[in-house]
Amino acid sequence: MERTTLDMWVGAFVVGGLIALLILAFKVGNLSGYDGSETYQVYGEFDNIGGLKIKAPVKSSGVVVGRVSNIQFDNKTFQANVEIRLSKNYQFPKDTSAAILTSGLLGEQYIGLEAGGDEANLKNGDKFKLTQSAMVLEQLIGQVLFSKAADDGGDKKSAQGGNKKAVVQ
Amino acid sequence: MPHRKVGFGLRSIGSTVVNGVWRLGFASRFFLMTLISSGASFRRFHLTIREIYFSGVMSLIIILVSGLFVGMVLGLQGYETLQKYGSESALGSLVALSLVRELGPVLAALLFASRAGSAITAEIGLMKATEQIAAMEMMAVDPISRVVAPRFWAGVISMPLLAAMFSAVGVFGGYLVGVVLIGVDEGSFWSQMQAAVDFRQDIVNGVIKSVTFGIAVTAIALFEGYDAPPTAEGVSHATTRTVVTSALAVLGLDFILTVFMFRGV
Repeated sequence: MERTTLDMWVGAFVVGGLIALLILAFKVGNLSGYDGSETYQVYGEFDNIGGLKIKAPVKSSGVVVGRVSNIQFDNKTFQANVEIRLSKNYQFPKDTSAAILTSGLLGEQYIGLEAGGDEANLKNGDKFKLTQSAMVLEQLIGQVLFSKAADDGGDKKSAQGGNKKAVVQ
Repeated sequence: MPHRKVGFGLRSIGSTVVNGVWRLGFASRFFLMTLISSGASFRRFHLTIREIYFSGVMSLIIILVSGLFVGMVLGLQGYETLQKYGSESALGSLVALSLVRELGPVLAALLFASRAGSAITAEIGLMKATEQIAAMEMMAVDPISRVVAPRFWAGVISMPLLAAMFSAVGVFGGYLVGVVLIGVDEGSFWSQMQAAVDFRQDIVNGVIKSVTFGIAVTAIALFEGYDAPPTAEGVSHATTRTVVTSALAVLGLDFILTVFMFRGV
């Protein structure tokens, strides 16, 4: 058995196919976005997560600092329990607040972190003290209508603060 | 005589059904025999390499050129639609997702069926017609392990590689039209693409699809060749059937796989 030009062509073909797969994985796919840096988990409890999905980005000042790793419904508090993995490169104060925001008018939902002023940092397993739920369009419209009706009635007692209230744990 | 016509019709329905079931059973046994006697195609790997050359390497040109054009058309059409909603920056994710999830595996499999599948059927059909297969059996050479199995494994190995190249070249074609020609922002083209395409969810599933199509197309081509009547007409019919059946099988399998892979995502 000896080497033939046919072997060379087949070898080139296999190498070409594997290169194409690598291009798909790293240039087209998100495998390059996966950095091996270590992460720590923090939890947030939200009244309403809207359309938040697992793997949604967690941003602070617009920079991705982590991802949503798990979403569960807590049957005791009747709230959504969101598990977030933050990169160890980014440390946040203990009183950081988390809000579910939407990129653009109809874009995907993500979690925005607003750093607080505490000296101590969030540790693995900590919970966000302040969370802000996703905006639900129907509730928002209902609120506007409700406060309008209240204004017309001369009733200055403002309608409920709405679903954007901060939940203090 | 009407009762005679009815009898004739019933008989033809019966024979079609019985023949179909018979063929299906033979096809299953043939597929199983191919799997059982594939040892030789790995022990004597040069047999498989030869077949990879004929079915994989020789399909390269058609796969690469088609991939490039499909990607370019996707870029043009996608841009036309997306710019109506002012979201032409999503062009990258549209091109990449449609190629990696669907068009890459499916179109590569259809091209592979018509380029390599038909050749396999014609070759084996003619080997049978010229009694080469019978001669092998006379010499106690198992034609399944010597002729069929290497071709089967060559197809199974080639198909995912071809589909990956199709997708990669297609993405490049979309980039050419979208970014170079039309002028979509290059940064958002790639970054939106990378944000949308998930390695496990999209690329690995695409590879699984193309392996499945490779198995289906090659098995159909081999069986049609092996089962062809040893006449010129029989071989020509078998070649046609290979292309038609594998195209239908690929599209049907694609639907089933898509239901399982991308349900509710």
